Amino acid sequence: MKPFAYHQPDQIPDAAKLLTSIEDSKLVAGGMTLIPTLKQRLANPAALIDLSKLPGLKGISDGAAITIGAMTPHAEVAASKLVQAKIPALAALASMIGDPAVRSRGTIGGSVANNDPAADYPAGVLGLGATIVTSAREILADKFFLGLFETALQSGEIITAIRFPLPLKAGYAKFKAPASRYALVGVFVAKFADGVRVAVTGAGPGVFRVPPMEQALSQNFDPSAIAAIKIDTDGLTSDIHAEADYRAHLVTVMAKRAVDAALG
Amino acid sequence: MGNVIGIGAAPKRKEDQRFLTGRGNYVSDIKRPGMAAGVFVRSPHGHAILRDIDKSAALGAPGIVAVLTGDDVAADGLGSLPCGWGITDAKGVPMKEPPFPMLAQGKVRFVGDMVAFVVAETVEQANSAAELLAIDYEVLPSVVGVLDAVHPGAPQLFDDVPNNVCCDWELGDKGAVETAFRKAAHVAKLSLVNNRLIGNPMEPRAAIAEYEPGTDRYTLWSTSQFPHVVRFLMGALVLKIPQHKLRVVAPDVGGGFGVKQFHYGEEAVITWAARRVMRPIKWVASRSEGYVSDRHGRDHVTEAELALDETGKFLAFRVKTLANMGGYLSTFGPNIPTNLYGPLLSGVYTMPAIYCNVKVVFTNTVPVDAYRGAGRPEATFVLERIVDVAAAEMGIDRVEIRRRNMIPKEAYPYQTPVLVQYDSGDPMGCLDGALVAADVKNFGARKAASQRKGKFRGLGYSTYVEACGLAPSRFAGRLGARGGLYESATVRVHPTGQVTVMIGTHNHGQGHETTFAQIVSDKLGVPFENVDIVFGDTDRVQFGMGTYGSRSLVVGGAALSKAADKVIVKGKKIAAHLLEAAEVDIQFEAGKFSVAGTDRTKTFEEIAGAAYVPHDYPLEVLEPGLEEQAYYDPVNFTYPGGCHIAEVEVDPETGTVTLVNYTAVDDVGTVINPMIVEGQLHGGIVQGVGQALYENAVYDDGSGQLLSGSLMDYCMPRADHLPMMKVATHSTLCTHTPMGVKGCGEVGTIGSPAAVINAVVDALSHLGVTHVDMPATPNRIWRLLQNASLPVAAE
Repeated sequence: MKPFAYHQPDQIPDAAKLLTSIEDSKLVAGGMTLIPTLKQRLANPAALIDLSKLPGLKGISDGAAITIGAMTPHAEVAASKLVQAKIPALAALASMIGDPAVRSRGTIGGSVANNDPAADYPAGVLGLGATIVTSAREILADKFFLGLFETALQSGEIITAIRFPLPLKAGYAKFKAPASRYALVGVFVAKFADGVRVAVTGAGPGVFRVPPMEQALSQNFDPSAIAAIKIDTDGLTSDIHAEADYRAHLVTVMAKRAVDAALG
Repeated sequence: MGNVIGIGAAPKRKEDQRFLTGRGNYVSDIKRPGMAAGVFVRSPHGHAILRDIDKSAALGAPGIVAVLTGDDVAADGLGSLPCGWGITDAKGVPMKEPPFPMLAQGKVRFVGDMVAFVVAETVEQANSAAELLAIDYEVLPSVVGVLDAVHPGAPQLFDDVPNNVCCDWELGDKGAVETAFRKAAHVAKLSLVNNRLIGNPMEPRAAIAEYEPGTDRYTLWSTSQFPHVVRFLMGALVLKIPQHKLRVVAPDVGGGFGVKQFHYGEEAVITWAARRVMRPIKWVASRSEGYVSDRHGRDHVTEAELALDETGKFLAFRVKTLANMGGYLSTFGPNIPTNLYGPLLSGVYTMPAIYCNVKVVFTNTVPVDAYRGAGRPEATFVLERIVDVAAAEMGIDRVEIRRRNMIPKEAYPYQTPVLVQYDSGDPMGCLDGALVAADVKNFGARKAASQRKGKFRGLGYSTYVEACGLAPSRFAGRLGARGGLYESATVRVHPTGQVTVMIGTHNHGQGHETTFAQIVSDKLGVPFENVDIVFGDTDRVQFGMGTYGSRSLVVGGAALSKAADKVIVKGKKIAAHLLEAAEVDIQFEAGKFSVAGTDRTKTFEEIAGAAYVPHDYPLEVLEPGLEEQAYYDPVNFTYPGGCHIAEVEVDPETGTVTLVNYTAVDDVGTVINPMIVEGQLHGGIVQGVGQALYENAVYDDGSGQLLSGSLMDYCMPRADHLPMMKVATHSTLCTHTPMGVKGCGEVGTIGSPAAVINAVVDALSHLGVTHVDMPATPNRIWRLLQNASLPVAAE
């Protein structure tokens, strides 16, 4: 690890100001991705701005939608009675992230901001059509994830919460990469009154939706409706664990299993 | 006063008290006054000419102490890292043995090859200085796989090693095998890959070196499985430090699995550097650094053929293997795929003729050496796989074909056609026991239940034997060992009757402090808690060859047993004097010396006291003191073996293999501590399951980059991958070790890969699948089903 300055602001505007005023500064939430990167000397920020003392970023609140503070750790979402009752698929997704240590430290805001192509939360956020609430504005999930580690966040912008609309039914199925236990392929399926959303993580360079599956499931919310839908391998990831055609196959399998999970 | 806890008891492990309460003493826990930090700069290229290293910027970095390179090594006239085995080809020509410089000279040959050592006040400063080194590489193409490496036109690692072949080794009677194949009713053929593995001990390697000018002595603390061997190889052969001026300490070590049983360049560099800078220096590897520098294991490509008569009796076995050595010869490197592989190819079967040819090949990868099992898992995998292939092709039940060829219990000692003679064993008994324990008779019902869920269930057998207790020195010498393979133990009885044992094996998780204390408690009748085991320090322990090859109990325990016997012999002489009886009339039992047929006795403590306070003592004929030492060189290997049965369920939709049941019935000879044996079997089986289903070290051809370079990409087996295992022993006693022991450290790793893969193939055999390479990952299984199911569906 190389030396860096450390700031722990207690107001969101102060944090935003630090982020824009210090060149090469980085926000740290749970640090589950950033700290290993620092330890391997792969990142060398001039300053870390720790979000842990900012007010109002932790916790889960009820309403027409469920709002989860950006600094809420995965374990809290997984164990939340409210989330388990209103969007059980989201609680289940949180319970599948990493291992107990990661779930205790890692946060929803950190995960969404990082937009790792194999992270779980982007599938849930996009699949549920959530809204990302930042220090500056609100961004729809469909406009937020821009590809490999890229988001719509602008300089100085800090995620404060994610707001999830309540689906009629939802399910998440994850095929874990054997070693990392990130999603080799993860599929989140959510049924709303106006249609079905299907979001896939792990298979490509970023989370994406599958319109043919959404249409088929909107007609008939049953695994059989999508069993024959094949995903184009173009643009899917190939690595030492899985080639693109296997990932494409898994998208269909995991989508069926996600529908199964949604149907309980 | 505590209790005797002897052979066969299962006390909790003594050493766990300090490990579980955070009081272990590992190399990285040690701090020396004025200690500096060292980091190794490693080649980022698989193959390159090392043109120049410009140190100037690094030497100006904050906190810098020294920057050392291969030029400094050459200027000091230091030796190459030695290989402990010299094998020869069929014509008796010695293997090609290019130098292995401790810091690269002129060329780098694998990603991770060391090019410089940077010493600074802190690790961070050393890392920052290291980034300032300007290293001029001329990158060359890399070759990482054995098939490519021997191909004409492949990149050449060494100018004087044509086609990268270190040695073209063979064993067995080629002519007899050819004759048998001509007469065969059936020939089974199999091509397979034995996947490359990374050892992953929990504690990464680390070292501290210190030079004391006042005494001209060096001390090296190292995460080693064999400190005395490091002292010899490094002191005598590399750094030219006299043995009495070099102390090597291997304190608590967090797992080895073979990874720590080699003399590494890091040890030599840091010891040499400590004197140059006149300060203690510490280096601790990161996990990532370990991945590109810890010696890897396995990595074979094999073609095997088994000749059978019309009844399924084995006539002959022919095996041709290309074995990857990596970029240089490591300490045991060329011995593993040859001497520890070919002699195991008879397995538990009467195999009249065997021929084995192994080409040992250099590639641009981390040097390959022993990893738990070392050669024997590879041999077992080839044999147990091809037996299944032959059974399927000939329509003979897999258990039946094994029975027809198994060496019957009465036929021991059994001389194989490949050097080794098995002293004892009962493979049929292990098989019968395992069939019952695994509830094989109800497998059909379980398979049907899986089928109803859309899953394929398979059962796999591995009936195997291995050679343990490395090694009879005379035998090893004939095969090319450049050192002895005996072991030593000293039993020091204190005046109060407590006992300290100094032993040359090394405990890094095996439970020696418990097992060896049980042996002493049993033999001398002293309380278990009154025995301490000292190991891992060349200044405290007389000598030793260390721990590997399931040798600690077999060879070290035998030395300990003999030393304890000598204590009893001397104790009897003292007792005879004190009890005024003839020595032949003294009996020793349960910690008491007594005159036969009388009630006159002396306790062990009284005899110990008399030995150190010799007021009434036969000084004319006996020295005072009660301390005895024994060296033991085994007369043969030991041959543990057994039967493993794996049961798997395959999800055809995703290709996922789930191990649902695992049964092992093993013959490990006398069991000293059944709890520790069970733990060794569990751990060994898990490592074998890891090889079969999860682990794979993958290199990128051309660049030589390690693609599975961290735990994010190299899949270790985890608790939730495994079912509860059924483990039992069915032991015959070894006929030549003092206690009848055979060793158990590697059996699990040796028996299990074939059992698991045989189960996977069985699960998929209805689709025409005849072989699955390891690891049987979901991706690989799915692809196999894509290819396999089409023609079957068309039938």
